[in-house]
Amino acid sequence: MTDLSKELQQQVLTARDEKRALSIIGGGSKSFMGRETSGSRLDLSGHTGIVNYHPVELVMTARAGTPITEIEAALAENNQMLAFEPPRFSDAATIGGTLACNQSGPSRPWSGSVRDHVLGVRLINGLGEHLKFGGQVMKNVAGYDVSRLQAGAMGSLGVITEVSLKVLPKPAATKTLVWDMDAQAAITFMNQLSARPKPVSAACWLEGRLYVRLSGALSAVEATVQEWQGKEWQGKGAFGSGSLDSDVFDSEKFWEQLRHQKLDFFNQALPLWRLSVNSTAQIASLDSESLIDWGGAQRWYRGEADKTRMESLATEAGGQVSLFAGGDRCSEVMHNAPVVLQTIQKRIKDSFDPDGIFNPGRLYSWM
Amino acid sequence: MSAANKINKDELCKLFRCFIAPQYVISDAETLKPYECDGLSMYCEMPLVVVLPETVTQVQEVLRICHRYTIPVVARGAGTGLCAGAMPNAQGVVLSLAKFKNIIEINPLTRTARLQPGVRNLAISEAAAEYGLYYGPDPSSQIACTIGGNVAENSGGVHCLKYGLTVHNVLSIEMLTVEGEKITLGSDGLDSCGFDLLALINGSEGLLGVVTEVQVKLLPIPEKARVVMAGFDNVQQAGDSVSGIIASGIIPAGLEMMDSHAISAAEDFAKAGYPKDAKALLLCEVDGTSEEVQEHIEKVEKLFHSFGATSVRTSQTEAERALLWKGRKCAFPAVGRISPDYYCMDGTIPRGQLAHVLTEMQKMSDHYQLRVANVFHAGDGNLHPLILFDANIPGEFERTEEFGGKILELCVAVGGCITGEHGVGIEKIRQMFIQFTEQELLQFTTIKEAFDPLGTLNPGKGIPTLRRCQEYRSIEPKKVTTHD
Repeated sequence: MTDLSKELQQQVLTARDEKRALSIIGGGSKSFMGRETSGSRLDLSGHTGIVNYHPVELVMTARAGTPITEIEAALAENNQMLAFEPPRFSDAATIGGTLACNQSGPSRPWSGSVRDHVLGVRLINGLGEHLKFGGQVMKNVAGYDVSRLQAGAMGSLGVITEVSLKVLPKPAATKTLVWDMDAQAAITFMNQLSARPKPVSAACWLEGRLYVRLSGALSAVEATVQEWQGKEWQGKGAFGSGSLDSDVFDSEKFWEQLRHQKLDFFNQALPLWRLSVNSTAQIASLDSESLIDWGGAQRWYRGEADKTRMESLATEAGGQVSLFAGGDRCSEVMHNAPVVLQTIQKRIKDSFDPDGIFNPGRLYSWM
Repeated sequence: MSAANKINKDELCKLFRCFIAPQYVISDAETLKPYECDGLSMYCEMPLVVVLPETVTQVQEVLRICHRYTIPVVARGAGTGLCAGAMPNAQGVVLSLAKFKNIIEINPLTRTARLQPGVRNLAISEAAAEYGLYYGPDPSSQIACTIGGNVAENSGGVHCLKYGLTVHNVLSIEMLTVEGEKITLGSDGLDSCGFDLLALINGSEGLLGVVTEVQVKLLPIPEKARVVMAGFDNVQQAGDSVSGIIASGIIPAGLEMMDSHAISAAEDFAKAGYPKDAKALLLCEVDGTSEEVQEHIEKVEKLFHSFGATSVRTSQTEAERALLWKGRKCAFPAVGRISPDYYCMDGTIPRGQLAHVLTEMQKMSDHYQLRVANVFHAGDGNLHPLILFDANIPGEFERTEEFGGKILELCVAVGGCITGEHGVGIEKIRQMFIQFTEQELLQFTTIKEAFDPLGTLNPGKGIPTLRRCQEYRSIEPKKVTTHD
């Protein structure tokens, strides 16, 4: 538990004087994301510690280098959790990196993302100023929402030094139902289930099987299982009957592996594409080979592919694509942005980091 | 501005009337009058011109003209805002989006609605109801306020602890830049590549662009909702009960607290059966599946008793639930009956500080000789002190404003903020420097310049310019005053 913010601030000021690019790094678990960049390391892995945690306020504040494992252990002692289920690509994953890369797990459509749970940040801008935005309260509309702006900015706007988050109670009970069905049917079906007032907390399709997780009060979860299990849906049994997790497989392990990308699907050398799209979209050329998560809103595709083609598929599906891991990381990996949005983003970048010292080129080649 | 770039009022109206129906270009004093303020009527200014365009193309053209002549533009929805965020600029155009009232599409499978910015908040849920869906954020003004205004203020409501603010429920927006260029932020997906500009726009008070379309998420209507009402002999016990509920692992759909002034006013007005002798009243709504609600209601009732509630009542029917809420929802107008005027504040505090803040506020109330009634979104720490005053007594509003400012300073001092959901507008611009340093304010200013280099979108609101900040600092002591 160390506060290195003064040292970090000094390093930023020195880099600015020397017009030297900085590559911000926490635990290094997500260094495969974004474009390849050079720059001297600005290491936050030593800037750790939970600064403030009041379980009844549902708020935790931690230094950016604090490992997610440490945060989750502290929360678990009070039967609380990070409801956005952040993926850990390794145990070194930190809260700062999780926010910068906007990483959220299977519960995201129902519980919200890390961006939705962040309440405040402290950050060092490109002038070496240590600034505070947002706070430790649930509602705050004073000034622009600079805290949420950090989600997905990949450190290009400043060095996040501290993050305040909304935390939530763990659900009392969790059960999983599985159905055998093809991707096309599963996409429609998960959207239909999501429209019901039932405690769905994750829905994922992989290799001919739909997995639906229910979380909440025990009575609610059990009643929903009873209602949905064995129920013939829609096309008079076309979907088959849902079966309870414990009959089939270790569901807890499945959701953990999905969350942290440890399933076999992710364990291949091929490029990994992430499509964030309309949850009901049918992408005929990709879906059956994809892992479909977030109730249809997030699709993972593993394979060599042309980025322009992937972009047009994603656009048609109402969303965007990024080359999440592997492949060519010198070219653009993010969905192409229209010129006017490029201009606004460049100006925002300039407003935080006028000398362009933070992670240049990590997000886009032009930034 | 060069002489070539100047235009007088008549020429400007003539330009607007080339593409907007003449009756929707308002320039006479009498018709302009209703636009002089928003929901915070203490702050008034007559605009130069009001336009009510009917198409996005017309809005684009208005923006292009104003940009060309560097004319301030104040976008306006229903005008229900409570921070003078839509107060006109004397040299500027009020751009009313009142004609954009169409619900473009409701998609029951994706659970989304595409809306023009002038669609009323409540109209979304009304239209979605036939699909078993509704829109989460429910500000008290939801019968009148519009989704465009909700985006501008990042509106919350009674249910936002569980279901989030506007920023959590908007998927994408179509927006015009100050130059009139159309851009889309967000998508049908749950996130997009690059900077999260959507997060910046929510709560930006019309300073960064003009919203012309909003796509929101819809939620399944819960199977069941019930409310438990509990009266307490003191505020501390009520506050402890709130913490007790959260600690038990229940996230209520709504959790509201009222103090004795508010209880009494609301009961006289709504006849909801509130215990008028109570010093604090809690309303705790639980929703979900029937089984879940049953389980949680029993827990909440037990908790209230264990924390010393003097009365506990649980709604048995939908009608009773509506009645119990009626008092709370009418609390503002009810307070209006016991005082000629009232001034509503909007600070946020960590819940644990409630008893301290209320005690300090009582001291200030004695000092300023002004009564204060408190309505509190207890679940999320959002406090609405209503200062009772009489605008006809010279100097009383000025005293009220000063009292309000002190309350907000107190909120910041205990770790909260100056506005939870009403926004900064003009009203709280002075308090911005209590919450933020000059460096932080300058960072906001540069963000504003990234979107609006000439500063013509809703100038003077939301973010103080540093020059003004210096002026405020010289007249306002930064220290929180307590009144012993």
